[in-house]
Amino acid sequence: MARILHIEDLRVHFPINIGTVRAVEGANLTIEEGEVMGLVGESGCGKSTLGLSILRLLRPPGRIVEGKILYHGEDIVRMGAKEILALRGGRIAMIFQDPLTSLNPLFSIKEHFIETLRTHEKRIETKEALARAERMLSSLGISPERLHEYPHQMSGGMRQRIMIGLGLILNPDLLIADEPTTALDVIVEAQFLDLLDDLRKRFNLSIMLITHNLGNVAQLADRISVMYCGTIVEVGPAQTIFDEPLHPYTQGLLASIPNIKLDEPELKLMRGSLPDLVSPPSGCVFHPRCPRAMDVCSEEWPKTAAVNGHQVNCWLYR
Amino acid sequence: MKNLVRYIVTRTLLTIPMVLILLSIVFVVLRVMPGDPVSSMLGGHAPERVIEQKKEELGLNRPLAVQYVDYLWQVARLDLGDSMVFQQGVTDAIIEKMPATIELTFFAMIITLVVGVFLGAYAADHRREFRDSMIRLYGIVIYCIPVYWLGLMLQLIFGIWLDIFPIAGRTGSRILSSTFEQSGFYVIDTLRAGNYAAFGDVMHHLVLPAFTLGLTLSGIFVRLTRANMLDVLKADYIVAAEARGITHTKIVYRHALKNAMIPILTMMGLQVALLMAGAILTETTFSWPGMGRLLLERIYLRDYPTIQGVIIVYALFVAMVSLVVDIIYAMVDPRIRY
Repeated sequence: MARILHIEDLRVHFPINIGTVRAVEGANLTIEEGEVMGLVGESGCGKSTLGLSILRLLRPPGRIVEGKILYHGEDIVRMGAKEILALRGGRIAMIFQDPLTSLNPLFSIKEHFIETLRTHEKRIETKEALARAERMLSSLGISPERLHEYPHQMSGGMRQRIMIGLGLILNPDLLIADEPTTALDVIVEAQFLDLLDDLRKRFNLSIMLITHNLGNVAQLADRISVMYCGTIVEVGPAQTIFDEPLHPYTQGLLASIPNIKLDEPELKLMRGSLPDLVSPPSGCVFHPRCPRAMDVCSEEWPKTAAVNGHQVNCWLYR
Repeated sequence: MKNLVRYIVTRTLLTIPMVLILLSIVFVVLRVMPGDPVSSMLGGHAPERVIEQKKEELGLNRPLAVQYVDYLWQVARLDLGDSMVFQQGVTDAIIEKMPATIELTFFAMIITLVVGVFLGAYAADHRREFRDSMIRLYGIVIYCIPVYWLGLMLQLIFGIWLDIFPIAGRTGSRILSSTFEQSGFYVIDTLRAGNYAAFGDVMHHLVLPAFTLGLTLSGIFVRLTRANMLDVLKADYIVAAEARGITHTKIVYRHALKNAMIPILTMMGLQVALLMAGAILTETTFSWPGMGRLLLERIYLRDYPTIQGVIIVYALFVAMVSLVVDIIYAMVDPRIRY
């Protein structure tokens, strides 16, 4: 399999008046063609920032200070403004957390589609654009007549499907989905994940699924990257990440999922909270919260080790 | 659609109590003020007997309540009465002067919106840059400047020093208004008569007064637009649009500005009253023969019926514009239904 996306040593910083927020600090991530990569981590660990960096959508003062983002071997970090615009929507699509606010309330669904198509195919005629939009809606299970409606006339799940449709209308090969189901209720969420799974096959899509919901990734992802404090601490196949997590952080994350059978007396919450990203801890960033921390953990960052098909950054496995 | 008609009818009916209240206040205030039309007409030295006779003639000796009810009854029959000072119907006087005021305020409003909204949007797009600070400074300074002072400065700079714009009147002396005058809307009249030289002259005369009035009000729109744009630019759909590859210019001036325009429209409706007030000062500064100058002249003369008539027209104008704004509102925002 070919690599569709390869992120290498990415560092994204937000200089603010009290210092520099190191939102992404040396992250490495690879997505193979046709695969669903789940990116999980706590709120504030930098996973959304990582997603936005891929399309260079960071808001100032945030900027990429170092690293490479190779998309089919081309470095997005070094691309010019024009290439970036062609990439966005054209080759890489992105959908966001809140479908209720992701569509412009003053534009009809039709206008959203026409504008998106025109942006990438300058000469496309309105008629053809509409026909393509109609086909897209049908394939998403939405009646084509709704093209004439406005966002406020649709439900949250429908709007998220519209967002997907807008993303896929130009046949991109990579979809970045940033917490796409957080704002949806559980039933719509399940339907939506099914749809994603279906679309990935039909459109031959690779997906980067950013979420803090481990249930989502369990259902969909082929591989999982666990992010903590701006860096990836463990990567592995979805199944073994759940069954045999190696990194103490991954273990803690999995232990804090509520068990619906209530056969355990209480939730095993991880102690402490995310450290200050302006002045992160020395050595391994997780050591202040780690139940198995050793002396070396506070001194030096552990190199990546390959263990049981996982890549893990932890002194336990060197 | 049926709801829209009902809304318009309701709003129109609501203007009746509004005008009634306004009229009552003006009626009382005018009569409480020192001076009256008779003494301003005859001067301070006329014999008591003549003054009394004239007052009797104009009905000013009757009890105030009687005069009030009488006047309201007259207005209810859509009759604004006659001037107490000149041999002229109030309606005729207003119709003669209204086109000049409408022309002035129309162009002023366009200048206000174009300058205010564009500068505000541009500043928001370049927030915290030097240009942004300059535009914000412009907004606050122009907001504080009195209309007549700005008018005088523009007259001084562009009329006298640079000598490129006329500083008074609606037409030059070489242009005979009799060659085209029909409705009093010179811009339209000259165009319809095909007299382009006269049209050019009319527009030339409009420049300074329209900019004076328009720029004065643009300050508040600069600030309002900027603030709204900053809000809208943070919205999720802006990032989502960016993620689809839509160009920055389109995002700022199409996606964001259209959304930011909604509160601006509301403001526009509210500002019309200010615009009319500004027009009175502008017309005076530029010897512009409109309703504002008429009002001011007749206040000096205590010409009660004309003053009241002009105020009614102003009130109706403001009410009408804010109704139109509300209708436009529903056209821009699909979420609004009446």
